Amino acid sequence: MTTTTSTRSTGLGRVLIAVYGLLALAATGRSVFQLLDDFEKAPVAYSLSALAAVVYILATIALIAPGSRWYRIAVLTIGFEFVGVIVVGLLSIYDPVLFPAKTVWSGFGKGYGYVPLVLPVLGMIWLYLHRPSAAKAAPTTSAAA
Amino acid sequence: MIEWFTWVQLAVAFPAGLLCVVLGLAGRRPADLTMGALALVEVLLLGQVVVSIVAPLAGNAPTGSALEFWVYLVTAAIIPPLAIVWGLVDRSRWSTVTLGVAALAVGVMLYRMYQIWFVQVA
Repeated sequence: MTTTTSTRSTGLGRVLIAVYGLLALAATGRSVFQLLDDFEKAPVAYSLSALAAVVYILATIALIAPGSRWYRIAVLTIGFEFVGVIVVGLLSIYDPVLFPAKTVWSGFGKGYGYVPLVLPVLGMIWLYLHRPSAAKAAPTTSAAA
Repeated sequence: MIEWFTWVQLAVAFPAGLLCVVLGLAGRRPADLTMGALALVEVLLLGQVVVSIVAPLAGNAPTGSALEFWVYLVTAAIIPPLAIVWGLVDRSRWSTVTLGVAALAVGVMLYRMYQIWFVQVA
């Protein structure tokens, strides 16, 4: 009867969505600039950066939209970017030519205050707490959130 | 960019951001003070847009990439209005925190813009 899965957009979840939206905006802006300005310098890194921006936008939408399908998309996008920031972080240390410093995932998100590293962890915790089965089993948790 | 004006903006954005985060965590809903702070940040950003268009014509041009500067400035200028709308739609303490996060993000962007204009070489 009730859309219990929409509880992931209440309370602290709103701040999570806001920060994801902010990161999506910043990553998209930075990516647009890099694609226009300097693409030949690091085409792999900048293409990956553009992909990251798209994934952040998707993650923001998936956190806002209710329903189990969007929940799965949120899990996939947030999981993907967590893997991305770890892998690119490591690669940017070991191969700075292929991955120069200025992409959103370089240095584990160093250029963005490590937000790209911490945020997906918080996101995954939030998604776990608000997973559809938990919401159906204990609807009072949404009031506590 | 004009250096002292940028410092004014930073001096508004960061304290406003911290204030909104603290007030939000303390349970305050978006109000004149917090929404007004973001409105002030936005007004100053719009002033910065004007300054950044006029200054190069008067000989004060960015040392870094103008494109990169403008990407930051346009992105920054979008943020306070979005945060304010958010605060109008969702009148909870978390919206106040969001106002704070938005102001802090603008502050960081202003700092980056400062570096691009005055420090970095294109």
